[in-house]
Parts: sequence; structure tokens; C-alpha cells
Amino acid sequence: MRLSLDHMTIRQRQALTAYIFLAIPAVFYSVIRFYPALESFYLSLTKWNIVSPTKQWVGLANYQRLFKDPVFWKVLGNTFEYVAIGLPTTLILSFLVAYYLDKVKFGQGMLRAMYFLPHIASAVAMAWVWRWLYQPPPIGLFNNILTQLGIGGQPFLTSTVQAIPAITAPVVWAGMGFNIVIFLAGLKAIPESYYEAARIDGASNFQILRRITLPLLKPTVLFLAIINTIQLLRIFDQVYNMTQDGLGGPLNSTKPIVLHIYHSAFHKFDMGYASAATVVLFGILMLITLIQMKVLGKKS
Amino acid sequence: MTKRNSLLAGLVAGVAATILAGSAGAQTVEITYWQYFLKEKEAIVNELIAEFEKQNPGIKVKHETFPYANYGTKVAASVPAGVGPDVINLFYGWIPQYLKGGYLQPLPEKDFPAAEIEKDYFPLVQAAKVDGKYYALPTAVRSLALFYNKDLFAKAGIANPPATIEEYLAYAQKMTEKDGSGNITVAGTAVQPSGQGIHYIREVLFRQWGVTPYSADNKKVTYNTPAGAEAFQWYLDLIQKHKVGFPGFMTDDVTAFRSGKAAMNIDGSFRLAALNAQAGLNYGVAELPSRNGVKSNFASFWANGITASTKGAKLDASVKFLKFLNSEETMKQWLTKVGELPAKKSVALTEENTKNPLYGPFIRGLDYAHATYFIDESGQRQVIMDAVDDAIASKRSAKDAVKNMADAEQALLDEFYGK
Repeated sequence: MRLSLDHMTIRQRQALTAYIFLAIPAVFYSVIRFYPALESFYLSLTKWNIVSPTKQWVGLANYQRLFKDPVFWKVLGNTFEYVAIGLPTTLILSFLVAYYLDKVKFGQGMLRAMYFLPHIASAVAMAWVWRWLYQPPPIGLFNNILTQLGIGGQPFLTSTVQAIPAITAPVVWAGMGFNIVIFLAGLKAIPESYYEAARIDGASNFQILRRITLPLLKPTVLFLAIINTIQLLRIFDQVYNMTQDGLGGPLNSTKPIVLHIYHSAFHKFDMGYASAATVVLFGILMLITLIQMKVLGKKS
Repeated sequence: MTKRNSLLAGLVAGVAATILAGSAGAQTVEITYWQYFLKEKEAIVNELIAEFEKQNPGIKVKHETFPYANYGTKVAASVPAGVGPDVINLFYGWIPQYLKGGYLQPLPEKDFPAAEIEKDYFPLVQAAKVDGKYYALPTAVRSLALFYNKDLFAKAGIANPPATIEEYLAYAQKMTEKDGSGNITVAGTAVQPSGQGIHYIREVLFRQWGVTPYSADNKKVTYNTPAGAEAFQWYLDLIQKHKVGFPGFMTDDVTAFRSGKAAMNIDGSFRLAALNAQAGLNYGVAELPSRNGVKSNFASFWANGITASTKGAKLDASVKFLKFLNSEETMKQWLTKVGELPAKKSVALTEENTKNPLYGPFIRGLDYAHATYFIDESGQRQVIMDAVDDAIASKRSAKDAVKNMADAEQALLDEFYGK
């Protein structure tokens, strides 16, 4: 046999070894992630309440229900609101911090560690800390400060308008540490000689930023834009922990699509409907990623 | 010959040994019991199982507990996987959903006659009765009462807890404290729909305004009436007009009351243990305030049922275990060790219990308590929370809020009953 070990070249054997190692995560992902994901496509075409032994085939009925459900459109809108507020804020703030952090020499490591700390803290614990910060008087720190400044208390999490920005704040704050580190790595990868050449030619700091730093950071920005968009589209922990009973209230005003899926599946046991929403979310994530890769990844 | 004989003897001995071993095996039946994890409940059930196994040598009970937060999900997910227990502790509001999935079997009529159940137990256990059959029975039940902070009452010069809702409102107004900017620093009463507030509105206020919230067959919402709107308005007024408290004050009602920042709160008997452990909290318990002499209360319970797949010897053992869990002796122990109220009248309504300063008001409340017949507990809960949030956020009238709430809840009922 050609494939018996004795007849293989060293290169073939090395490849075989590599494939064996690679097979372990591949099998793991297939069984634990890909198979259930495919199963949800099937479930989305059935009506199943999890406790019933039979799954009733309903075709596209769940999708019809989904598109007629005002709550679904509400949560979809909320989800994009998280991205619309969170993505620019986190990218701009992280870039500014990284840009200036790159310029300081003294204490850079210390500062970088400080910015990174919120990222490694538990999202659930941080959500609760922020939830308390937003409380109405007499225990909410923000409101106590506002009251002392004479501005008057704000409803924050209990308002249907202010709640989404209020929840996005800790998400941005916690995500910044990671974004800053990636931006820093991107900045450090730009060869010093480009900057030297620009300075010799008499370019201003702003010109350097616009003509050299930002264009060369494009892969970093693309990467962070995709990662952060996906994270924000999948927002769950913060909303679950910062709203009353984890319901994404008041009045569904903060409920993102993932929380809606969770409630449909594990509180209402409406598995078919929840799976249909999951498939839609999958489609959106896929589409947005492709668009971002096309737009931002264009070779200049 | 001798060789053959010894062979035969060996064969006989072998067969006999097999039969003996087999019958010894058949004598021991193992059943599994599931409940959610609560330290006190786990401890008492372990003790009870030891006692039960001593009384029934052939039966072994395997006891498993799961975290409260995802108990419902765990139970639901175990069903299609076919790994569920024989006897299971369920929130009564989940029963209709589980019946739809064919998960429970009716309790055998010969062991648990319906007539006897209705004679012995508080009427609220009928929430576990579907089409004339009981599917689960509780060891213990819970009801609501008014918790009041004795120190804040003394400070305001009020001697007794309110007996009527007029007094309830007046006392709340008197005890509310505000800072210079008008922010509440001490609430006269906690107002928290997401706590027990939704039950207070549905089963207490509506009924005190003469409104029965559902039709007799539980398939129609019937609180969308002028009186229903008036009852709802009374609740909203606590927040908007009289400003004696608001949802989310001190994060929630329990925290507000525990920390002495709410003078009153409507809460369940299950809160007693936590409040007793709170150092420096001097509190009392009273029956819910009445209106025009009408008293009402909300009761709920976790009940034990038998899963549909349990058959034969396991079913017999499960019935025995269920009877044991629902014995009067168990109920007495449950009250002292877990703090939940006995489900049988004969155990609950002793003079010692009804006069108990902490349990007494809850037990007296059981007599006029209603257990909502839930078909989608979380959905029916959110409907009322949303109605309150919506009325406050968009300054909607109580009339419109109640109408929206009734429409939303009716849609849930219609969906469940397949209309």
C-alpha cells in the first residue's frame, strides 16, 4: 500500500501528524458547534416546545411569524442601535488612547495594563457595578453627583430612551482595553523610517496621521471593526444583568436579538421561533462581515 | 452416576442462586427525585429520604438538585433526552405547559382521591387540577402579607400596621421621606411590579375592586373593566400621584425593605428566613390590607408530580414516596425547617400557627388566597410589568394600560389554547 507508514516520505509523515493534531479541534467543533448550528436551521422549520416528543414540520411559518412580530423588529432595531452607538465610540476612543499612549515612553506598560484591566474583569460583575452607579438617588453615584451639581437626577436604565446608551457605556469601557492593545500593536508595526522620511519632507503631525498612520492601520481598523460589530450584535451579558429580571426592559427598549432568542427558547420554550431568529441573526452577521471586508479591505 | 448427580446438583444450585440473586435485585427499586437547590430544602429532603428508606426497605431514592435560575430549562431539556426523574418538584404554573408535552401522569385516583384532596388541602391547590385530574400536590404553599418596619412606624408615631388600603396609603404618605431635591430617601412603601407587585395587582387589587381576573375556565381575560382600570389606577397613584415609592428604588423592594429604606413591602412567606437573618431589622408582618371589607391574597406553590415514563414497581415506589412527602408529619417539619406553610388545612390552621406573629398572617391569608392559573408564567408576568412601565413612561391612562394588558394576555391564552 502506498499509504503505509514505511512507504511515506518524511514530508508526508509530517503532514499526516499535522492532520491528526488538527483533526481533534475539527472533530470538536463539528460535534459541539457546527452540528447544533445546522440543527437550528432544521428546528427553525418546525414547531417544537422542547417538552413535546414530536417536532411538527411547519415550513417557513416561523419566519412569517418573525417578520410580523413587532417585538422582533424592535429587538432588531435595538441591536443595531447598540452597534451604531458602540462601534464608533469604541473605535475612536480606543484609537485616541492608543495614539497618545504610543507617544509616551514613561509608564506606558503600567498605563496599558490599567486600560486592559476592565477587559479581563467579569462582564457580569461589571454590569452590576454599573447598574448600581446608575441607580436613582439616594444610592446611585451618577445621580448623586448630578443632583449635587444641580442638574437633577436622570432616569438612565429606567428610561426607554436613555437605557441603551447607558448599557453601551460599560460595553465600550470594558472593550477598550483589548482594542487599545491591538491598535498599539498596529501602530508599532508601522516602520519608524516612514515617519522620519515624512518629517524630513516637512509633514505636519496631522498630515502624518492622515497620510501614513491611518492608511497603514487599515488592516487593524478592519479587524477591530469586524470583531466589535460582531460582539455588539451579540450583546447579551450586560443587558441581562443591567435590566430588571434580565428582561431587556423597560418595555423591551433595551432587548437585543440574542436576549429575545434566549427568552423565546428557554422561557417560552418556543424552539422553532427562536431557531428562526437565530438563523436570521446568523445571516446578518455573515452579511455585515462580508460588506465590511469588501469596503474596508479594498486594496488601495 | 455420581458424576451426573453432582453435575445436576451443581446445576440446581446455580439456578437457585440466580433466582435468589434476581429476586433480591427486584426487591430494591431505585427512584429519582428532582428539585431546585435551596439549602434548607435539600437538607430536609435528605433527612426525609433516610426516614422513608428505613420505613420502606425495598426502595432507594436518588435525590438530585439543580440551581434555581435554570431549573425550568434543565427540566425541560431533560424530557426529550429521556433522562428525567420519576418524582419531580415543579412550580405549579408550569404544569399546563408540561401536560401539553405529555410529561406528567395523573396521580392515581385510588391513592389520591380528588374529593379527599379538596377536603384536606387549601382550595388553591386546584390550580394543579386539569380536566378533573390532579397532576401534582404540594407539601407546602406560600402566600403574601404586608411586611412593616417597626422602627419607622414608631418614628412616625403609628401604633399598628394598616388594616385597610386607605390606612395603607395614609401611613405610606406619612412615612415617606424626601431630600431637598424631592428625591425619595425613605419610601413609605416599596412598589415593585417585578417583585410580588404583579400578583398584588392581579389577584388582590382586582378582586378587591370586585373584578375576577379570568373566566371560570381560565381561557378569557376578564379584568378589562372600569373597575379593573380603577384598581390599576390606585396602584399607579402610589408611584405617580402620591409618590410614596417607585419601582427600582434601592434596586428592588427586597433590598429597600431589608436596608430599612422602605417602611412597608408586600412580599411572600418565603422572605421570612432572609429577613430574620438581617441584623438590625426590626420588622413585623400583617395580613394584606382589605378594601370595603374584601380580603384577597395570592398563593403559589411548588408541587410534586410523577413523570409519564414512570411505570410498574417504580410507579408504586413513587406513589409511596409522594404520599410520604405529603404526610402531615412532613408538613409540620417543613414549616419549622424551611419556613413554608403547610398545604393541608389540618396542619396549617392550628391555634399555634395562626397566632404566630410571623407565620400567622400568611396562614390566615391562605383561606382567601387565589393561585393564578398560569399557562405561560413568564409571559403573563411580563404583561403586567409592561403595563405598569408603559403607563409610567408614556403617561398612559389606567384604562388604556389595562386594555393593552388584557389584549396582550389574551393573545398568550389564545396561543396556548390553540385559537
